Amino acid sequence: MSTTPEPLETVETGRRRLLSLISIALGAAGATLLGVPFVGFMVAPLFERAPRKWRPVGAVDGFSVGATVEVVLRDASPLAWSGTTAETAAWLRRVGEQEFIAFSMNCTHLGCPVRWVPSADLFLCPCHGGVYYADGEVAAGPPPRGLVRYPVRVRGGRVEIQTSPIPIA
Amino acid sequence: MLEWIEDRTGIAAAVRPLLLHRVPPDTGWWYVLGSATAVAFIIQVVTGVALATVYVPSADNAYQSLSFITHDAPFGALLRGVHYFGASAMILLVGLHALRVFLFGSFKYPREINWLTGVLLLGLTVTMGFTGQLLRWDQNAVWSVVVGAEQAGRAPFVGRLLAHLVLAGKTVGAATLTRFFALHVFVVPGLIFAVLGLHLFLVIRNGISEPPVAGQPVDPSTYRERYHRQLERRGRPFWPDVAWRDVAFGVLVVAAVVTLAAVFGPPAIGKPPDPTIVNANPRPDWYFLWYFAVLALLPHGSERYVMVFGPLAAGLALMALPFLFGRGERSPRRRPWAVAAVVLVVLGVGTLWIAGLQARWSPDFSAGPLPAEIVGASSGPVARGAKLFAAKACVDCHRIAGHGGRRGPDLSDVADRLTRDQMTIRIANGGTNMPAFAGILTKDELEDVVAFLRTRKGAESGDQVR
Repeated sequence: MSTTPEPLETVETGRRRLLSLISIALGAAGATLLGVPFVGFMVAPLFERAPRKWRPVGAVDGFSVGATVEVVLRDASPLAWSGTTAETAAWLRRVGEQEFIAFSMNCTHLGCPVRWVPSADLFLCPCHGGVYYADGEVAAGPPPRGLVRYPVRVRGGRVEIQTSPIPIA
Repeated sequence: MLEWIEDRTGIAAAVRPLLLHRVPPDTGWWYVLGSATAVAFIIQVVTGVALATVYVPSADNAYQSLSFITHDAPFGALLRGVHYFGASAMILLVGLHALRVFLFGSFKYPREINWLTGVLLLGLTVTMGFTGQLLRWDQNAVWSVVVGAEQAGRAPFVGRLLAHLVLAGKTVGAATLTRFFALHVFVVPGLIFAVLGLHLFLVIRNGISEPPVAGQPVDPSTYRERYHRQLERRGRPFWPDVAWRDVAFGVLVVAAVVTLAAVFGPPAIGKPPDPTIVNANPRPDWYFLWYFAVLALLPHGSERYVMVFGPLAAGLALMALPFLFGRGERSPRRRPWAVAAVVLVVLGVGTLWIAGLQARWSPDFSAGPLPAEIVGASSGPVARGAKLFAAKACVDCHRIAGHGGRRGPDLSDVADRLTRDQMTIRIANGGTNMPAFAGILTKDELEDVVAFLRTRKGAESGDQVR
């Protein structure tokens, strides 16, 4: 320490640096205060576990063995204003007395809805020409794998399908 | 009064130098594309605000509100049409502007960041197109979200997370629409305003690039000095010497967009957004048709890499451009590879676009049974085979005498090319793009189909059968 007083500029510089730091820190604190609820609101739904529910799609006797038909099931917990998007369709095939296969509608190539052509025993995709056999295996075109199957069971004479997310490759 | 306002605000003092700043001589009509893109953006903001006063961003009402706008609201159809053709114009113009900047070498020193902000704006414009198409919230929109999510889902490690981010959940639902609405109406336009502001600031800061002259390469050590010397000697004030062209072309864009909207009207609203209506035929809007073709025509197995790394690589290549080729010749006369790249991209995208328009890879579900005059027999194996040809969906993918799909080869004269055994083997075993029918057709049925196909001969070959 010298005996001469410190020049004013040095004091000012130190004071200014401190004020800058405080201002930036205060700003960051304010941004965090707003940011936590913002990010939480936007991101939290991504990590919610989707509830899964068994949805009845019809009486066992309503389906004939060997036939594939469209069934409609309601999503597990749709928002009240979902309208028609609260429902999902699936292809249901009765393969035996108590045995069913439920196929996702979504082509495994890019998710377009495949159509069952009963006279040809084939699923055809309208988008890029994917084709599947009656058992869901790939018959032709770009799909990398067979149609995804949803969990299906028979309870009390009714066929039930478990709600599932859209299959993502 | 005006003097008082100017004294208190200084607006004129701030704007006048911007309007009168000197720009290089002889810029001409090539330089109007950027401002025209901005005009298209303004059209979108104005019509978008108007549409948002009626549109209901709710999964159960959006479709009805859009029908109301289209069929009942005064000027509604015209306004939706202007928003649609304005979007088309913005995408077209931003693409042409990028091509002009690339061909003229305007991205070179010192305008690297002008280019980077431009690449961002290009990406944001395309994002507006995709999110906007979804707000139509008809059947096509719902399935387009799914297709978008599936593509995001191909990304390694974070694919599922990205896909659920696109869907705003695990399935398409109410949150999907509100998410896209917020993106389309607040987030992306906000980003466009911000990046466009920076883009324009840089245009003023670095100056409009002078028209390129062959033999005058960009040398960072001398470029700025030479540029400013040229401005001092021969520069023109932006207003009105140069700006009149921007105004004239911008008004032409507005007139064209309004005329197209009045003549053709807004894009049709498809079936309701009901995921349980199976008969869907999802198609992207015109500016994505070429990419739709890419997705259909990729070699099997390569999709994952192309879908994820293709757009990523394209974006990175565009970003890297000014850093790899930031100096040297600007004139296209001295940059044959740049011209070749543009020709290649335009031809490639153009070809894919036509392919996407035709979508030959999609089965023709409406083909139905072959007319009797094409079959040429009303009973026997040939008639039975023709019936099977339709029932087993052969006709969905194969054309006979102008009837049927185009996925597979035209079979109008297949008997000239293939023998009985070759046909049988092909039908039973299938191929990459054709199912194996061995498990679908009985032996007798297969023989009937082959019998029918054996009658498919070209006019000149007559009855000659190999």
